[in-house]
Amino acid sequence: MKQAELARNAGISASYLNLIEHNRRRIGGKLLLDIAEILQVDPTMLTEGAGAALISTLREAAMESEASGAELDRVDEFAGRFPGWAQLLSDTRGRVAALERTVEILTDRMTHDPHLAASLHEMLSTVTAIHSTASILAEPGEIDAEWQARFHRNIHEDSERLAETSRGLVTYLEADHAGATETGAPQEELDAALEAAGHHVPELEGRAEVEGPLARMGETLSAPARALLDRWLRRYAADAAALPLDRLAEPLAEHGPDPAALAQALQADPAQVMRRLAALPPDMLPAPVGLAICDGSGVLVYRKPVADFPMPRFGAACPLWPLYRALNRPLVILAGPVIHPGRAGDGLWAEAVAVPQGRIAVNADPLYEAHMLVRPRPGAAAGARGATPPAGPPQEVGVACRVCPRTPCPGRREPSILGG
Amino acid sequence: MAGHVLLIEDEPNIIEAIRFILSRAGWRVDTHSNGVDAAEVVRARNPDILILDVMLPGRSGYDILRDLREAPETKALPVLMLTARGQSKDREMAERAGASRFMTKPFSNAEVLDAVRALAPS
Repeated sequence: MKQAELARNAGISASYLNLIEHNRRRIGGKLLLDIAEILQVDPTMLTEGAGAALISTLREAAMESEASGAELDRVDEFAGRFPGWAQLLSDTRGRVAALERTVEILTDRMTHDPHLAASLHEMLSTVTAIHSTASILAEPGEIDAEWQARFHRNIHEDSERLAETSRGLVTYLEADHAGATETGAPQEELDAALEAAGHHVPELEGRAEVEGPLARMGETLSAPARALLDRWLRRYAADAAALPLDRLAEPLAEHGPDPAALAQALQADPAQVMRRLAALPPDMLPAPVGLAICDGSGVLVYRKPVADFPMPRFGAACPLWPLYRALNRPLVILAGPVIHPGRAGDGLWAEAVAVPQGRIAVNADPLYEAHMLVRPRPGAAAGARGATPPAGPPQEVGVACRVCPRTPCPGRREPSILGG
Repeated sequence: MAGHVLLIEDEPNIIEAIRFILSRAGWRVDTHSNGVDAAEVVRARNPDILILDVMLPGRSGYDILRDLREAPETKALPVLMLTARGQSKDREMAERAGASRFMTKPFSNAEVLDAVRALAPS
């Protein structure tokens, strides 16, 4: 039925009906019954149709946030005139509520998860036992030989128990993380997908068709994470086309995983060389290399940690990393040894460089992106070749403030949970 | 002899370390590892100071302490509570239950010894 016909049958003007339809005039009484009869619908359909739930949600949103000054008395008009915006507001409120519930569940879980609580209690008890026993042994003065032997045995037992508990805890948390895709940020989803693939994509070595690996690696990812993966795969394909494996093999055998020497030998961008080194199949390198990439704001957009150089899974990394110094000195390769506090040995070797993103444009300052490759110290790994850089004490860096015992530290942003 | 300490804790190597430290400082140390009958054990052994872990098998240290505070003979017993948690909520719970002092794991030997000395009846 046309609007004009309906208006005529109901005895009102078409413009008045238009106002009613757009919630700018209220409808009730006889007119409501008449229109319902003409349309052969239940009168409640006209007043409590699909829009009623929407209006109710909008009312709740306005009442929850009274400070916003939302015009409650005009909510019907708003929903009628801007149904799309109103629906968006309602959906957003629903999403916020769902996220709040998720946060509540996770917070509750941290506090009440019996397995987590029991594991942490077990770890702290074992640490206490080791701490107390070791303190007794470390005190000056003689301890009876029998007690000494007993304490040594206790420390040994406790350290084994601690190792077992911590392994169990890590397995538990990792398993939990694998199932938490819905709550993770897209970058975290991408990190997990790349880690699962070993950072290597065989399909893109020699071919530049990203659809296959995108479907394989992105099967369980959210849409935003798939978009990140798509971009990462396209860059991988371009890198692989510029520096194919057969072209890399010979200079790699000559120089080892030295990005500066390789860039020189291959006449390539050192940042691109670093990305290729991080993506090589394991059999092409004497030892794995790690890579971190950050954008101009310092946010990590790619992370491939190695055993002796862990990287934070969430949040910001240690500001002492050469990665961030590179942002201060674009287009200069900064190289030197680095070590995490508490790690044995001479540490690792890090090379970092910041390169501009995009092309040169008129009156546009470049945006820089920094890369940092971490690899075994040159000369330390068996079979490593290339020029041996000058030796020196490694620079102490951390993973992130929360889990770093280093104090005092000029870069500290927040207290460490490790105490000290 | 400095006095009699009863240590209720389920971690055997913590028991051994605390027993050593306190015994060396002249305290007589008794131990017990179960929460279920802990309150009866305290009444039976009648220590000068009680060191009580919060997470015990069978019964929580808070519940045990509440029982002890209700009984006239243990109402004023100095109690040092040990726990693996250190949140303010746990501290409040320990205080409400009637703990004289509260110590979070991992603690140092010197802290335990200082706390026991401070709680010792003069």
